[in-house]
Amino acid sequence: MRALAALPVLLPLLGAALTLLLATRDRPQRVVSVACLAATLAVAAVLLVRTYRNGPLVVEIGGWPAPVGIVLVADQLAALMLVVSSAVTLCVLLYSIGQGQSEASESAPVAIFHPTYLVLTAGVTNAFLAGDLFNLFVAFEMLLGASFVLITLNGTPLRIRTGSTYVVVNILASMIFLISVGLVYAATGTLNLAHLAHRLDALPDTLRLSLQLMLLLAFGIKAAVFPLSAWLPDSYPTAPAPVTAVFAGLLTKVGVYAIIRTQTLLFPGPRAAALLLVVAGLTMLVGILGAVAQSDLKRLLSFTLVSHIGYMIFGIGLSTVAGLVGAIFYVVHHITIQTALFLVTGLVEEKTGSTDLRRLGGLARITPLLGVLFFVSAMNLAGIPPFSGFLGKLGLLQAGVAAGGPLPWILVALGTSTSLLTLYVASRVWSIAFWRAPGEALASTAPLPTLMVGATVALVALGVALTVVAGPLFEVTTGAAVDLHERTPYIHAVLPGGRP
Amino acid sequence: MRASGANLVSFVAIGVLVGCGVTLLLERSLIRVLLGIVMAGNGVNLLIIFGGRSGRAPVVGVSETGAMSDALPQAMVLTAIVITFGFTAFLLAISYRSWYLTGSDDVPDDLEDRQIVRRAAHKEVSTADLSDDRAESDPEQVDAPAPRRPPRQEGPE
Repeated sequence: MRALAALPVLLPLLGAALTLLLATRDRPQRVVSVACLAATLAVAAVLLVRTYRNGPLVVEIGGWPAPVGIVLVADQLAALMLVVSSAVTLCVLLYSIGQGQSEASESAPVAIFHPTYLVLTAGVTNAFLAGDLFNLFVAFEMLLGASFVLITLNGTPLRIRTGSTYVVVNILASMIFLISVGLVYAATGTLNLAHLAHRLDALPDTLRLSLQLMLLLAFGIKAAVFPLSAWLPDSYPTAPAPVTAVFAGLLTKVGVYAIIRTQTLLFPGPRAAALLLVVAGLTMLVGILGAVAQSDLKRLLSFTLVSHIGYMIFGIGLSTVAGLVGAIFYVVHHITIQTALFLVTGLVEEKTGSTDLRRLGGLARITPLLGVLFFVSAMNLAGIPPFSGFLGKLGLLQAGVAAGGPLPWILVALGTSTSLLTLYVASRVWSIAFWRAPGEALASTAPLPTLMVGATVALVALGVALTVVAGPLFEVTTGAAVDLHERTPYIHAVLPGGRP
Repeated sequence: MRASGANLVSFVAIGVLVGCGVTLLLERSLIRVLLGIVMAGNGVNLLIIFGGRSGRAPVVGVSETGAMSDALPQAMVLTAIVITFGFTAFLLAISYRSWYLTGSDDVPDDLEDRQIVRRAAHKEVSTADLSDDRAESDPEQVDAPAPRRPPRQEGPE
């Protein structure tokens, strides 16, 4: 039963090996990767139920006990993230199969999409499960390596240009992470997260704070938090639609997850709270103002992505249980809905050959289904009741009000205005691309591939379903946040003997 | 807590490597950026090595337990070296591809920068509105309906 926690990493890696062997055969490749991700989703669901009932699940890799060996830890937060991420990766995989993105072609003679995509998934799941800092680093490198390949797929001039920025920025972030790992080890002599939670407490305050800020800097780049976010809107939009979608949904959230994990487990307390709150406010505001100025749908969505990262950082910065509950709920909501929006954009591009707002028009008349899909997800993102975006924002704003003080109140105001500006951006796209008379970008008469539409519908439906299951979901996120805040469930699960 | 292997020479070496690396990273040419990453990466690897205790080979039966060096940073550095190696290869491929496609491996300005330069040239004040058709000449603004699978560029391989 314990080995279950290792499966979400092993299954996609195994699948990657198999699909690489089957590189010349389309159909078996697809079957293998869909089966792998479906199995991962099933395992993740089982893990979520189990961690909810019995507390964290720990696997000691190779049988070495905790502070020495590598451990994978599935607590409620990790399990919840696993479920959402596997569901999203599965949907995006089906979408890209429908688009034919995955097949071998003239420009990509080896069908590299499936293996790379599965390694990316393995990296993401490994990051969620990693029980020590170096393993987290390796997980980041796994998903980065895969993302490098996916973002420069086919090697077109545009993708090479934007891809090179992405690659260099992310290698730099990894380097900062690696420096922090080295310094943490030099200062404490351990890298196991639970063990570190004990040992970091004994360090002098200034040293502790500098380690905290180093890690925050590294994860801040990955999560695209404001002063470190310029790379994202520049590099994401040029990748193929499903790739952009999965990057937007998951990769930044892995950074947010790493911030949540390290800030709560390793550096509890409000030391960096003010910094996080200021950065969160700036991220929201600058991101959404960037989105207002854009005239390309993909770039616009990339800016809203940056902007909404601010909400999660806001929740973390409050450093209260209520703030964490809101942040975790918001992560779940945002992974689903941002991916869905990018998939809808992919459908728009498939239909009209363009995502430029100056050329689009009349889409609601041409394909009503597309209109419904976009409208529902955009309203969800903007936070219109009864969608989950509203619930997530409400939770965060309530937590901000409960925390009190000038900075949280400013953040509450900024959060509300960002929500309104998101609504403005969404309605602008709606009225230009969907409502006005058909534009010059001529819609192709060919129907959209069923699988692409099906996958998008499934993901949009999942976003709506979050409202339906909001009660149980809040229960799980509250459980996760309480566990994170107390720290002891995680530490005792990894180091059963208590203080080593 | 523990005897560290760090000394002044090692710090100077790390500083020089990372410093040169950062300087190179600020260059436009991808190859120089790549060299910068390699240098800074090696500096970071040294930093990790010196974070652990120095001493004899950490093999049980060969040296005494008390005199052993710390094996964990060495294991981490091995992993880090392998990862840097992979990324270096990838970046090398990217810069070759960039040179192959455009004749140079310089990283060009991003879209916003190009738009600002263009607006400044036209002495425009207003920001993007929907009637702005000057952006049409920018390849990133006009997404010519790309074929789903672009044909391979012909040329010397």
